[in-house]
Amino acid sequence: MKTFTLLKTAVFLACLLPLLRLVWLGFAGGLGANPIEFVTHSTGTWTLACLLVTLSVTPLRRLSGWHWLVRLRRMLGLYAFFYACLHFVTYIWLDQFFDLHAIAKDVAKRPFITVGFAAFLLLIPLAVTSSNAATRRLGARRWQRLHRLVYLIATAGVVHYWWLVKKDITQPALYGAALAVLLGYRVVAALGKRRPSDFLGDPKPSRIRLGACRT
Amino acid sequence: MLRLMEEGVARGRGTMALRGLFFRGFQMLIKKPSDVKPSEITDRDLYRERREFMRKATLSVAAGLLPSSLLIDPRVARAGTRLAGVRNSRTSTDEKQTPYQDVTTYNNFYEFGTDKASPAQLAGSLVTRPWNVAVEGLVKRPKVYAIEELLRLAPLEDRIYRLRCVEGWSMVIPWVGFPLSEVIRRAEPAGDARYVEFTTLYDPRQMPGQRHGVLDWPYVEGLRLDEAMHPLAILAMGLYGEVLPNQNGAPVRLVVPWKYGFKSIKSVVRIRLVEKQPVSTWMKAAPREYGFYSNVNPTVDHPRWSQAKERRIGEFFKRPTLMFNGYGEQVAGLYAGMDLKRYF
Repeated sequence: MKTFTLLKTAVFLACLLPLLRLVWLGFAGGLGANPIEFVTHSTGTWTLACLLVTLSVTPLRRLSGWHWLVRLRRMLGLYAFFYACLHFVTYIWLDQFFDLHAIAKDVAKRPFITVGFAAFLLLIPLAVTSSNAATRRLGARRWQRLHRLVYLIATAGVVHYWWLVKKDITQPALYGAALAVLLGYRVVAALGKRRPSDFLGDPKPSRIRLGACRT
Repeated sequence: MLRLMEEGVARGRGTMALRGLFFRGFQMLIKKPSDVKPSEITDRDLYRERREFMRKATLSVAAGLLPSSLLIDPRVARAGTRLAGVRNSRTSTDEKQTPYQDVTTYNNFYEFGTDKASPAQLAGSLVTRPWNVAVEGLVKRPKVYAIEELLRLAPLEDRIYRLRCVEGWSMVIPWVGFPLSEVIRRAEPAGDARYVEFTTLYDPRQMPGQRHGVLDWPYVEGLRLDEAMHPLAILAMGLYGEVLPNQNGAPVRLVVPWKYGFKSIKSVVRIRLVEKQPVSTWMKAAPREYGFYSNVNPTVDHPRWSQAKERRIGEFFKRPTLMFNGYGEQVAGLYAGMDLKRYF
């Protein structure tokens, strides 16, 4: 128990590092010629990174048998939301300076902003229903169905990045590949659950659970 | 002193890693900048004179020891060397100039990587001497200029221009160069010459970015002949009164201030007069997004982002983008009667 608390604290602090780095660079004058662009890109990529780490909890847990990993998942997901908020605020405040007209035009006219904005909106209900109380109120089934939105959100996040870059799509492609692996795992697991005999051979109870707790 | 050191470190990152290391070490060993009294600060020009003296002294000693064929001083062509006899120009803007540090560390030069910091880190591998620029195609007098010859072709002028990048940021940059028309005029364009095509050096050994197919190398740009002859279009060989740093397109680049930055092709090796409109690299890469003209135009958005505003590097608030980047008075006539939404 005590080890886990320590571990959780360590993960909590590690997830703060990207923000601390930005603050440190900001004070040290290390954000380059276009600091607002730097902060926008940095908070955006860390949102995506946190989403991918959150999505890797289930596959990792299944493959390693480390079931305690799931107890880190809420925090990781909330960090994704935290960096998404920073990203969003950077755009609204530093980039557009609350020019609502320009923002509305951007969201309506530019596909990459439309997609990014939608992904951010979809993250909100997940963050709001992340507490134990909310889970109880919703019921496990509905809660799980709602939180599957994260697949859509992460996909939208990668598309948002992909459509943003001018030409060199290496970076978004790497995030896209990681996401494809993580979602692909779930597809295979789900197929396995539906027809265990076809995919997994002898349907031992332990194997069936492979798909039962996918999130 | 602090500014000098910052520049030393910044330039070290770009073209002379060793010098950068030296400066950093120097900074740590001797004194923190805050410890230095104003009376101890070496004046920038004095500092340069001393360096020049030391360089000459070293060279003259070396001259006695080495055969003369080995006495080519590569530093003569290096960024940071002061260009002599530069005149002022009436076409310069008096807006606040973007700091040297920002102009030389925030670059789009995909030949050295797609990240804006990469050119300053990697462009040291570009060899700018010897360097030839061929002027050819539909001309009566084709000619291959050695860069030294090109530098002497016409009086060098300071040209402080706004630069607006298609990505939505801008700078104010003091270029040193002369009108492109000086070169084209001497070549005597033939009657059927309508366009000018420019080509960047292609050498993946020197330009690591060319080892990846991000763009269709070599980089090609084009202008209509009357655009190329316009007095605002210049060939630039310098920046801030000094030899152009590699990451900014050394040894010679185009600067067309009323068009988006990518039109101002870097490290030019060929200027070719042609009859048909050239296909530029970015047109080839994304024809819907980048047109041949690419004039700065706040009313024609890039398909993926707005062009109505820009962030001047160093400023917090965005400012409205001006038609033809504020050079409308001089260049609008070139496009009279043209639908600029269609010819974007």
